[in-house]
Amino acid sequence: MPGEVHRHGGGTEMKKVMMGNHALSYGAMLSRAQVIAAYPITPQTQVVELLSEMCADKTLNAKFIKVESEHSAMAACIGASITGARTFTATSAQGLALMHELLHWASGGRLPVVMGNINRSMAPGWSIWTDQNDSLSERDTGWMQFYCASNQEVLDTVIQAFKVSEALAIPSMVVLDAFALSHTYEVVDVPDQAKVDEYLPPFKPPYRLTPDDPHAFNGLTSPEHYFELRYKLQKDMEKVPALIEETGREYEKLFGRYLGLVDDYLCDDAEIILVTSGTAGYTARVAVDELRGSGLKAGNLRMKVFRPFPFEVVQRILKRAKKVAVVDRNISYGHHGIFAQEVKSALYGQAGDIPVFGFIAGLGGRDITPASFLEVVDYTLSHDTPEDNILWIGVKK
Amino acid sequence: MPKKKDAKKIVFQSADEMPMMPMSIGSMLYNKTGSWRNIRPEIRLEDCIQCGICWKFCPDMSIGIENELPVVDYDYCKGCGICAEECPVKCIVMVEERK
Amino acid sequence: MKKEKKMTLTLPVEEYAGSGNLACQGCGAMLAMRYFLKALGPRTVLCIPACCWAVIDGPFPHSSLSVPIYHCAFEAAASTATGVKAGLEMVGDDKTTVVAWAGDGGTFDIGLQALSGAAERNDDILYVCYDNEAYMNTGIQRSSATPYGAWTTTTPVKFFKNQPKKDINAIMAAHRIPYQATASISYPEDLFKKAKKAKGVKGTRFLHIYAPCPTGWKSRPEDAVKLGRMVIQNCIFPLYEIEYGEKYTLNIKVKDKKPINDYLKLQGRFRHLKPDEIQIMQEEVDRNWARLLKKCEGS
Repeated sequence: MPGEVHRHGGGTEMKKVMMGNHALSYGAMLSRAQVIAAYPITPQTQVVELLSEMCADKTLNAKFIKVESEHSAMAACIGASITGARTFTATSAQGLALMHELLHWASGGRLPVVMGNINRSMAPGWSIWTDQNDSLSERDTGWMQFYCASNQEVLDTVIQAFKVSEALAIPSMVVLDAFALSHTYEVVDVPDQAKVDEYLPPFKPPYRLTPDDPHAFNGLTSPEHYFELRYKLQKDMEKVPALIEETGREYEKLFGRYLGLVDDYLCDDAEIILVTSGTAGYTARVAVDELRGSGLKAGNLRMKVFRPFPFEVVQRILKRAKKVAVVDRNISYGHHGIFAQEVKSALYGQAGDIPVFGFIAGLGGRDITPASFLEVVDYTLSHDTPEDNILWIGVKK
Repeated sequence: MPKKKDAKKIVFQSADEMPMMPMSIGSMLYNKTGSWRNIRPEIRLEDCIQCGICWKFCPDMSIGIENELPVVDYDYCKGCGICAEECPVKCIVMVEERK
Repeated sequence: MKKEKKMTLTLPVEEYAGSGNLACQGCGAMLAMRYFLKALGPRTVLCIPACCWAVIDGPFPHSSLSVPIYHCAFEAAASTATGVKAGLEMVGDDKTTVVAWAGDGGTFDIGLQALSGAAERNDDILYVCYDNEAYMNTGIQRSSATPYGAWTTTTPVKFFKNQPKKDINAIMAAHRIPYQATASISYPEDLFKKAKKAKGVKGTRFLHIYAPCPTGWKSRPEDAVKLGRMVIQNCIFPLYEIEYGEKYTLNIKVKDKKPINDYLKLQGRFRHLKPDEIQIMQEEVDRNWARLLKKCEGS
């Protein structure tokens, strides 16, 4: 069979050229999602179109509900999830924002819904290009957030997201950049279904909505009880990083690829470390290679998991640097870049002396190039401390 | 339907005792809504024609049937007065609740 | 004391709604649920959005119903129910009836989109709207189900509700769903029959139940059942069924149509009305009744 690759353990996989969006669809299909409820929005449409085809030709045994809005999409996923069905949806920007109320519902309701979100700029004005404000605006909702930089990573992350979500009853979103990743074609190893089944068994929650064991879920909860329920959610969130590493090694044994919490590129001996996420995180590598070529000890820490924030690994890696430059493709208005804020908070009390330079680039899909990173490093090297909380890259001031 | 035997308000001593999600694990029978009443229904059984209307229209399921006759469960009866109003022979009278 | 003959019971004895619930005295919504569950039985799951029933059932960790409930977001009753149905089928249960149980606010207003979406897809859910004609759970604010002339906290007497009640049944008929019906808590046998009939139909089914609210209508608790009867006798809320948006069946052909005045007199929310305002209301009732009769004749 053309493109077939034989791996350790004898399983066969298929190499396919596919776009990022389709990597999401394949991930959901291999994870045997059972109910998919989705509403179209550029640039997510291909995710659901392929899933729709897969349901129609029975490649995937699932119900595909063509809901009339994203709010209904998440509501239907929540309804399906509480019955014990594995659920998946995908959206972007305005759609994610419309789901906002229900994101709280899924996490507070402890439902392991997995969602693909294509990072797209929030309107107005209408923009279909990438930045991270949509998903980062949801960082407080109790969802896990995984930021991907390759189509392979997207597919692998969906499968692992289901595993971690179902183990801890916390929903998760797999995030990819609009067009830069969603519509970019790359070669992807499509894992063997039997091996995925070995890794990800059927969803079996302890409690579900059924007349065989009647309960009323989500009733009126007084101050006497609400605090503890949310305490339990946070405590379970804190178990996630270790579980990601553990299940990641399991995945590596089966498929030869390890995801983990971050992508540490040459940070070991780096004097200046870039902190990045998404496709910009791969562009940063090109700049790092160039800088290393001219003798500078640069490194790139690409964050793969943003929620829960992987404090320990970030502290361990950044503590070694002399300077840290965070490049955010997002902004919290009235404050500064969101990854920058969180990195600073991670280093507080741990490595408070290390200056953290917070750069904002690429909002609204403005290109981030290796040259952008050279500008970032240039500034960082020539200043002891940042002149401002936000250092703007590429804005025509 | 659960019997009154399990009528106890559930109290959790710690987060560990609570279910992971907000989920019911007991009935509402601990909540004796009879304390809401200002007036109570009294049925003159000798005049009762056993039409079943009082049993049928009670919003609190507080009129039961014993020996083919209606009997008020004063633990839960809220004293709304529908039974008295709907009784076709007016054999139910609402009287001031005793202190 | 035991009598020779048996009690006449026109409904099954088995209860699925329990005492100790938090409903007000004389609550019509409570009666609606009680009769509905008698017809549906234990293989039922309820999706309940924000409404009086989100509270009536009782607080965590207790419940007064013996069927499972999923409390969901306000606008999401129909969409949650759609998901529940799909999920149950995927986990191997195609016998359980999935019910969305919402108030008028969550149906006529904020929940209308999700309901329309589900109806257009003909999702296999049974949607019940118990109608107490305002946002009662939040303290008696007007909804589009509030009748013309009514006082509510957001339509005070000087600016009473100046729009007619939204015709939700016409909206549902436009979706051509296989079965819909109106019902009243004062005709429990009719409600029971319709609920049972709806249970046996596949696709989107819609029940619109008139549920008097003494607290919000400023009426006496003991009048709740009387009001639910008057509203049929004066044709404000006729009892009828529609199949596929076309076949209309009138269940009670009211012969001696009563004027609405006595009905209005029993409710404080209408106390402020002047004779000419009541006349406007009477004319609207007459028009609606005539329109319905024509539809039923043509079916």
